[in-house]
This record gives sequence, structure tokens and C-alpha cells, in this order.
Amino acid sequence: MTGVTPSGMRVGLDLVEIAEVAESVERFGDRYVSRIYTDHEITCCKREDRDGPGTTYVMESLAARFAAKEAVLKVLRPVDEQPAWRTIELYRMTGGWCEIRLSGRAAELATEAGLGELSVSLSHEAAVAAAVVVGWCTL
Amino acid sequence: MTVEETIRVVLADHGRLAVPVESLNDDTDLFGAGMTSHASVNVMLALEDAFDFEFPEKMLKKSTFESIDAIRSAVAEMADS
Repeated sequence: MTGVTPSGMRVGLDLVEIAEVAESVERFGDRYVSRIYTDHEITCCKREDRDGPGTTYVMESLAARFAAKEAVLKVLRPVDEQPAWRTIELYRMTGGWCEIRLSGRAAELATEAGLGELSVSLSHEAAVAAAVVVGWCTL
Repeated sequence: MTVEETIRVVLADHGRLAVPVESLNDDTDLFGAGMTSHASVNVMLALEDAFDFEFPEKMLKKSTFESIDAIRSAVAEMADS
């Protein structure tokens, strides 16, 4: 069976400490955010700063999305390669839930594995954000 | 400061390793030593600051940051490019 991708369900789970993301934003600022998140995700993770003009990031939302990207990678199972973070997008629907939209190499890996639509669930507590991704491999 | 010393400082500051950076051999698996994927992003950004370059997407894979040896090779490749 070596080299054969088994069909069936694939599940990815990941946890991210919210404080770790907040430290990254504080240390590297927009450079960190723009390397990891798409423009849509950045928009979804901002809120108006009540203390003045401009916006601040919602750290738990950024952390949950990073966890989801990692969970997607666990489903895609790349071998010695890392699709760009921005090729895995958490797209927020008007109802409030998120869908996963893949592009570039991430989309190619999904096609190669026979993965159709991926489903994601995000959650967070005070300190930790989590994501679970499920996909069905048909090859 | 040598390239290796700089890499070790970056790992100590951003790698979130479960062991002291002094205990790492050049070929120690950093992910096995506790570095998470998220921490590896910080390591990448801090290396860019330290060496004043930007990693291209083709180098943003786990193996680029899996050991001090691997990071040193990546830094050398960037310096030669």
C-alpha cells in the first residue's frame, strides 16, 4: 500500500495560544499579518478602535484562523512542502460561519488527494483558539 | 556575531523551544524540540530582520526551519542570491 492514498475521511485539529498571536502582532505588526492572512481574513479580524481613529486586530479571531490553516495542512498532508499560508483562506459567510477556500498549491494538493469541500469549525476560550477541519478523500 | 550565533539568538527569542537553545546540536530537529508552526513563522520573520532579506515563498516549508543546519543553509542561499 506504500504510496497509495487511502480513501475516506481526513480530520485535522489544531490549537493556538491567543497570547502567542498577540505577541507576534505586537512584535512584527502588519508584516506578520500580511504574510499569514488574506485581505478578506484581515478585514474580518479587525474592529474599530474605541480610543481613536484606526483599527485593532481581534486576536482570538486571528488565532482561530491560524489554527484552521494548520488543521487544513493536516488534512492536505503535504510532504516536505508548505503551501503558502494565504492559499488557505477562511471565508466568513454572511450567516457568520466560515468556509475554507483553497488556491495555488493548497488547491492542487486537495485535488491530488481527491478532497472535495472541506468543513471547518472554529472555537476559542480566553487563552486558546481551536479549529477542526474535516474532508472526504474520494481517490 | 556569527551567522550561527545569530540563528541561536533568534531561536532563543522566538522558537518557544522546550529545551535551552544551548542544548541544541546543529542537526537537532527543532520541531521535535518543541517549536510549533506558529513559532516557526516568528523565527522566519526574526531571521528576515536579523539578516535583512525576505524569504521567498518557495523556501517557506517546514524543512527550511527544521534545524540550525537547515536555517544556516537557507541563510547562505539567500546571501548568494
